[in-house]
Amino acid sequence: MKKLNKLSIWGKIIGVGLALSVSQHALAQVHEFKLENGMKVLVKEDHRAPVVVSQIWYKVGAGYEHNGITGVSHVLEHMMFKGTPKHPAGEFSRIIAEHGGRENAFTSRDYTAYFQQLEKSRLPISFEMEADRMRNLTLPEDQFKKELDVVKEERRMRYEDKPRSLTHEQFIATAFTSSPYQHPIIGWMNDLDNMQVEDLSDWYQRWYAPNNATLVVVGDVKADEVFELANKYFAVIPAGKVAISKPRLDAPQRGQRRITVSVPAKLPYLVMGYKVPVLKTAAEEWEPYALEVLAGILSGTNSSRFPKRLVRGQQIAAGVDVGYNPYSMHDDLFTIDATPVGDHSVAEIEKAINAQLKLIKEEKVSKAELDRIKAQVVASKVYEKDSVFYQAMQMGTLETVGLGWQRMDEYSAKVKQITSEQIQQVAKKYLLADQLTVAILDPLPLETKPRKKILNIKH
Amino acid sequence: MITKDKGIIAIVAVVVLVAVLSVINSNTQKSEADNGKPLSIQSWQSEHGAKVMYVHAPQLPMVDIRLVFDAGSARDGKLPGLAMMTNAMLDLGAGEWSTDTIAERFDSVGAQFSNDSLKDMAIFSLRSLTEPDLLNEAITTLNTILVKPKFIESELQRTRQQVLINLRNQEQSMSTIASKTFYQALYPEHAYGSPVMGTVDSINAITRDDLIKFYKKYYVASNAVVAIVGDLDKAEAEEQVAQILKGLPEGEAAEKLLEAQPLNEAKRIHKAHPSSQTHVLIGQPGMKRGDEDYLALYVGNHILGGSGFGSRIVEEIREKRGLAYSSYSYFSPMRVNGPFILGLQTGNGNTQQALTILDEVLREFIDKGPTEEELQHARKNITGGFALKVDSNKDIIGYLGMIGFYNLPLDYLATFNERVEAITLEQIHDAFKRRINPDKLVTVTVGTK
Repeated sequence: MKKLNKLSIWGKIIGVGLALSVSQHALAQVHEFKLENGMKVLVKEDHRAPVVVSQIWYKVGAGYEHNGITGVSHVLEHMMFKGTPKHPAGEFSRIIAEHGGRENAFTSRDYTAYFQQLEKSRLPISFEMEADRMRNLTLPEDQFKKELDVVKEERRMRYEDKPRSLTHEQFIATAFTSSPYQHPIIGWMNDLDNMQVEDLSDWYQRWYAPNNATLVVVGDVKADEVFELANKYFAVIPAGKVAISKPRLDAPQRGQRRITVSVPAKLPYLVMGYKVPVLKTAAEEWEPYALEVLAGILSGTNSSRFPKRLVRGQQIAAGVDVGYNPYSMHDDLFTIDATPVGDHSVAEIEKAINAQLKLIKEEKVSKAELDRIKAQVVASKVYEKDSVFYQAMQMGTLETVGLGWQRMDEYSAKVKQITSEQIQQVAKKYLLADQLTVAILDPLPLETKPRKKILNIKH
Repeated sequence: MITKDKGIIAIVAVVVLVAVLSVINSNTQKSEADNGKPLSIQSWQSEHGAKVMYVHAPQLPMVDIRLVFDAGSARDGKLPGLAMMTNAMLDLGAGEWSTDTIAERFDSVGAQFSNDSLKDMAIFSLRSLTEPDLLNEAITTLNTILVKPKFIESELQRTRQQVLINLRNQEQSMSTIASKTFYQALYPEHAYGSPVMGTVDSINAITRDDLIKFYKKYYVASNAVVAIVGDLDKAEAEEQVAQILKGLPEGEAAEKLLEAQPLNEAKRIHKAHPSSQTHVLIGQPGMKRGDEDYLALYVGNHILGGSGFGSRIVEEIREKRGLAYSSYSYFSPMRVNGPFILGLQTGNGNTQQALTILDEVLREFIDKGPTEEELQHARKNITGGFALKVDSNKDIIGYLGMIGFYNLPLDYLATFNERVEAITLEQIHDAFKRRINPDKLVTVTVGTK
């Protein structure tokens, strides 16, 4: 092994043939503080480059919404750039730009987050503005009207004119019944059409408070100095009254669900999804990790089973991808999506996928397959340190969904413990026909224009 | 070893805390980053004439390697898609190994391999841990792909089917329809007008011999740049580069590309598509890498539509009128003049209004240039944000490939800020007046009228 002194900062990589392991020392420190008002501050020092990323995460997102106001978290995220009494509309962005920063925000089902990337000495600028807009947003009516138009254009761009995105949206809406994951993050067009600025101010008052937020800072900083800064800017904000979210379990699925989506397109497309637990909801902690490894066995890299057997071997698919997120807040879906190649039909692909899932249930995956997944996971833990932004994302996500950032460091170890038997067990337990939802994109010709009637898009 | 910090709750503990933390910090957070020092790029010729670009980044036990060949679609000749197919076929069977074996060899050592084909470049990227057993296996695999591809007939047939599906997929993607139409109109007589993915006819026509001929001509050391960033010292980097290129013939650099001709007249093209929005692309051939007007146009465009919020296009289209989620302008400098592009997507009913505004904003900018205040703001944004451009190995490997491929000076990054500072209002105004002609633009719209 070479350069142990150097590696000790980041972790020891012990290479013995193909058996890889990262020691516990790989864990770069996360410093955790809590301000008196309840705001949590997480700092990870990373001194590779003279930059810093600052992210503020609110425990609110599309998964907190209900029908009638779907999309409100995301519209509010847009309006967070529209000013306070101290900083009028556009001023946040102008100031960050003047300091050479990058800034943006993202809304998910489980969180809404705002970030700045800056040269390290400029961190106070970010804190000052985030502290200001945590409580003092003005939400002017005229700005709201224009921004709502922007969001509707965003919805058109991301969903309405994209056949696969529309299929996904319909698929999700079918798979879930009462889960808050049932509606799209961007919201249904009807709810956007009827959204009022009061919907936003209610939402803002309800969720934007220091005790519902986590500040995550990663970069070339000193943890104690960041803490002092955070204290200076955020501690003055009084804690708010944040409602406790009621559980919102999905109503039990009683049998397989199957839909056809008919929109203008050139290619058919298949999406399948099984109801599965996640780390937050699983009775057995190892199960989500086993599902994660299963996703890797099936798809994920070029040597996984779907690319090897369905794309190259049987040559019936242009691509088959698996999706699973163990860090969701609520029970989620283990999804498989595929596009046929040549003259093959969606039905043939579905059959071939089912045959592969049956094999997983009947025969243990080989040691070589398992070792490859583990090698990839171990390497990824090193590679991800190349991005301060990604590191901050992981900490913010885990903290905000209520798992705690410590899970980030457990990941490789937990994945490495997963056995072939456990993969078989989760496949048998969760990949069940009566817990399956299938959506098929059945293309209408692109040449005709029936779209407006079908989707009832308003302009 | 490292003591994990405990969660600290009370604010009153600040003073004590600071002391504790600073002790921990001094023990464990020794920074080995070259903070404050400009990025030091070294370059040399490999034994057989490939250009090597290297940056030592010892902080993480990993390495990024990028090979760039002058073998993009600009070299397609009469068979659009030939460059892309050749690039895609290299890892589908090489030496003694099948496609599956190659995939397994990379995956089993935790390496990440990918290839990509652009208009100028054919790219191969490898990311690996530097632990010797793992890295050596990944490098051996990469070398075999490069020098011993088999171009297996059955894999060619399979790839052809995949590409044909991709071409059909492009027909349902409005942004791709717009982009392909735009490039064809911008470069009617030039290789840049030809689609990277080819056409149904050309993809069906490509034979194994075409691939081999293309490979032998362009996949040679004299036509290659090898960029390498990571935890290898210079001697180790030299050794690995030699391993990667072992057996690759010297060959010759690709012939000079024809210059792109400016447009003679304005063109307006509409592609009907069932949709709720219309996608708009407007532009003309712009500038090349190493262009004498590069920085004036780059800084000017930053103000026009290159910097998101605060830029003129976003202000007029999005902030004042809510017409689009995404609106922008940019130059895409290439070996010869790549495009200057203005773009947006807007609800079908708003298309004409959006087109009018884009036209007005561009004309005004060319006519009067930016204001002193805008220039000051742009300078601060660009120079103040420089550290972010090179804060990861991923960023640096991208720059190295680009600088090496386009023969830019090694101090390109080191002098970037001072060169930006030196750009004047007059230079921007003059460059836009000379280089952009608002009466000879291609305007592509895709959507429902």
